Amino acid sequence: MNNFLEAFRFIGRNGQVPGAPPLPTLVHLTLETLKIAGIAMAIALVIAIPLGVWLGHIHRGSFVAINVGNIWRALPSLAVLAIGVAFLGIGLGNVLLALSVLAIPPMITNAYVAIDGVDQDLVDAARGMGMSGWEVLRKVELPVRIPLIFAGIRTSALFVVSTTTISALTGYSGSLGDIINNETSYHLSGVLGAAICIAALALIVEFALAGVQRMLTPRGLKLAGGEDVSSALVPIVGEST
Amino acid sequence: MTFVFAAAPVIPNFGGGSARFACERANRLLCPNWVSRNWSTVLWPALRQHVELTLIAVAIGFVLSTALALSAYRRHWLERPVLIVTAILYTIPSLALFELLEPLPGLGLSRTTAEVALVSYTLLILFRNTLTGLREVPAEVRDAARGMGMSDRQSLLRVELPLAMPAIIAGLRIATVTVISLATVASLIDNEGLGAPILSAISNEVFKTELIVAGGMAVLLALMADGLLVLLQRRLTPWARVRAV
Repeated sequence: MNNFLEAFRFIGRNGQVPGAPPLPTLVHLTLETLKIAGIAMAIALVIAIPLGVWLGHIHRGSFVAINVGNIWRALPSLAVLAIGVAFLGIGLGNVLLALSVLAIPPMITNAYVAIDGVDQDLVDAARGMGMSGWEVLRKVELPVRIPLIFAGIRTSALFVVSTTTISALTGYSGSLGDIINNETSYHLSGVLGAAICIAALALIVEFALAGVQRMLTPRGLKLAGGEDVSSALVPIVGEST
Repeated sequence: MTFVFAAAPVIPNFGGGSARFACERANRLLCPNWVSRNWSTVLWPALRQHVELTLIAVAIGFVLSTALALSAYRRHWLERPVLIVTAILYTIPSLALFELLEPLPGLGLSRTTAEVALVSYTLLILFRNTLTGLREVPAEVRDAARGMGMSDRQSLLRVELPLAMPAIIAGLRIATVTVISLATVASLIDNEGLGAPILSAISNEVFKTELIVAGGMAVLLALMADGLLVLLQRRLTPWARVRAV
């Protein structure tokens, strides 16, 4: 247990090892991890959400939208990163590409399933009120399905944070994973400290996104007792087959 | 005296200048000769270990989570605490969990450590799917079983569990694929499985052939396991086929 005590001391020293030259601080590495994960998520969001929502809105492409989610789950992140390194070399480009590729499918599948499954009566009522297709999407379909769409975003975000740290194993330097990959400089206490930080970071991201989800969910849905927050932790894609 | 590499050393210095290893020395994307020379010593053992790691983790995870799901099925208050604990385990990134387990007594850099972490990732998925499957058995069906004079146990074994089968197998499918994926990272701890050649290729001046072949094998293994479980699901639940898209 002494190791864990030392790990917390390491965190207290902001990632410095006594007697060693100054190392990148924990705060810096945490921010870098968030930056890489954030960029990858932004790229993936811009591609996946409009595509999934649009396919769901026109009720087309279910085969692609669902299977993309199934194949995604079968992609080992380390393998994807490794194959990317072989083609593109070690660097931010490869990491961002791999992360985006891994982040897109759950968001497409969830957005598609969400919008495609909107109660047809609701859509008919909106149409009857004279709404255009675009208005139906914006005022009815999207708001009632925010929780499900967001579940996909959370699945991806968690996966991206986790995979960002794994990118250190493929030689990319610039995330909390660096510390884990460098036990010689950081010793076991540093590795443990970094592991604690990574675990905490993932839990914080998860809770923060759960909070955002609750803020975005229309009040009416919350009163109806719609989505349980904990239920979104597991990829909902899994229930499609 | 400090040791300095004079020039970037060539990937394992394959037999000096002989033409036989020209592909390896040039570090081309795919050197078929390397694959055939290392298949039986590196790649095949790694694949076998990977399958072993996965089967053990899924089997233990399945037993544990089925026991938990059956308990929570009868005792509702158990559901929430189990969900919270397993969800937290599921949320912790694999790289961190492997490292956090390592210093614990009896674990260390071993297969046990890898298995403990892998099992912990299956629990949430298997528990939730099994419980949801059981809960979704219509009340009328349960009443009918009761009306036919079945005991709780008989109803569970002969009626409720078979009806929950699609959800249970869907859970197994996700859990298996997840474990295959995470077992590549486990190589950091126990140096076996398909992650091992990937990590050694990285430290070996980014040897491309090994990265592509080992990475590709991991992807194929996961896709094949997923496909097999879909087939198993169809086999075990023929009545669900009508609903399938």
